[in-house]
Amino acid sequence: MKSLYITLLCSALCSTLSYGQGKFLTKQGYTSFFSSSPIEDIKADNNQVLSIIDTSTGTIAISILMKSFMFEKSLMQEHFNENYVESDTYPKATFKGQILNFETLDQNKQTTTIKGAITIHGVTKNIEIKAMMLQSEKSIALKGKFPIKVADFDIKIPSVVINNIAEIVEVSFELDHQLYTK
Amino acid sequence: MKNFLIVFAVLAIGLQTKAQDLFDILENETPQTKSYTTSTFKGTRILNGHSIENRKKGILEFVISHRFGRVNLGAEELYGLDQSNIRFAFEYGIIDDIMIGVGRSSFDKTYDAFLKYKVLKQSEGKNSFPFTVSLFGSVAHKTLKDFDPEDEPSFSERLFYTSQLLIARKFSSGVSIQIMPSYIHRNSVKIAEDSNDIFAIGIGGRVKLTKRISVNGEYHYTINPLESIDASNSLAFGIDIETGGHVFQIILSNSITMIEKSFITESTDDFFEGDVHLGFNISRAFQFGKHKKKKLQKMKESEQ
Repeated sequence: MKSLYITLLCSALCSTLSYGQGKFLTKQGYTSFFSSSPIEDIKADNNQVLSIIDTSTGTIAISILMKSFMFEKSLMQEHFNENYVESDTYPKATFKGQILNFETLDQNKQTTTIKGAITIHGVTKNIEIKAMMLQSEKSIALKGKFPIKVADFDIKIPSVVINNIAEIVEVSFELDHQLYTK
Repeated sequence: MKNFLIVFAVLAIGLQTKAQDLFDILENETPQTKSYTTSTFKGTRILNGHSIENRKKGILEFVISHRFGRVNLGAEELYGLDQSNIRFAFEYGIIDDIMIGVGRSSFDKTYDAFLKYKVLKQSEGKNSFPFTVSLFGSVAHKTLKDFDPEDEPSFSERLFYTSQLLIARKFSSGVSIQIMPSYIHRNSVKIAEDSNDIFAIGIGGRVKLTKRISVNGEYHYTINPLESIDASNSLAFGIDIETGGHVFQIILSNSITMIEKSFITESTDDFFEGDVHLGFNISRAFQFGKHKKKKLQKMKESEQ
């Protein structure tokens, strides 16, 4: 009888181990977006992105504080928070999704597809993102870029500045997750 | 035996982490930082007087303000539009919390210079603080030759000093209130009954109608007004309209001037008898120097 429990326990332990080390986290992930228009290019960087991957399921969750985006011009930053993404009402952008076929991925650098839902300005959209993934026993790095249509997220651009802001902005990300041991 | 089963159950459940649990972990791992309240007011002025807002480091703003004549002058004077007071000024952010400016008003041909320093900032999160406090100081020099040629006042006799404490709180994204006690000193007075030192207390605020438009009000109560003129308290209502790099303010006020020493102590019109002046403030901001890199650097350092 006792041996049965030990077997059960061992199998449970083994199953966790065989799914990798569990969770990988970064608190200093990088995200930027880039808008290119005939009048000006606008770029904003954020170095405080939080992201976590659960390797047992291949699930990924990302949380981005909108006020942490840094612009070259401080007035742009103010307008971004105040008029466009309304950071007081919608402080965070989030993404939750699935790294497809996660269990089949090995430690080589390879392209993966992440499918999930992105929420910006309170509006959620399903998207599919291609990302470069490099994993080791202690880290998982994801890197990629994808386009976002500003109008999809109910962000209105007034006609005076319609030529200054692109309809589609390019979002880049670089997330170096480390093994999370808590 | 029971324990084994519990351990087994916990391990089995542990495998089934859902995205929501991941967000809970992210929430717990979010560094506790202080976030400063931004955009308490749209512009550096509520209407006539200064708000706690500064122009950020490296931003030069060119400000043109107008106050027309009394609306109740009637059609002959085109409801006051024939008369006009203008102030134009250059205002610059030295660092994020300190701005300076120089201006020239057509009223009394007055030059002015000011410094505004944000001492305490409203913030949320760790060690939060409920309101913003700015210190404002200005000096004005009247150059209008309205004196007896026999009795020309000296340079210093034509100087005026204003000190203000600006205390503001953004109650919600749409509502901000500011209180501003003011102390105005004039080096010379017209008659002996006039006090050289005038104290006033002001209140101002804004209510946002849309993301880019707000309704503002501002009132200054003078405790010991000048006796040589029929002084009245300054009252103003107006609308802020923001378009890209511009903030445009349309104002109705009983004051015809745009610097503190003047509109707080020298207003003579009565708002409620129709002695209202139409006015506007318009500003254009230019960015000098890009300070993003330094900011990012600072952020990185604070994380380590």
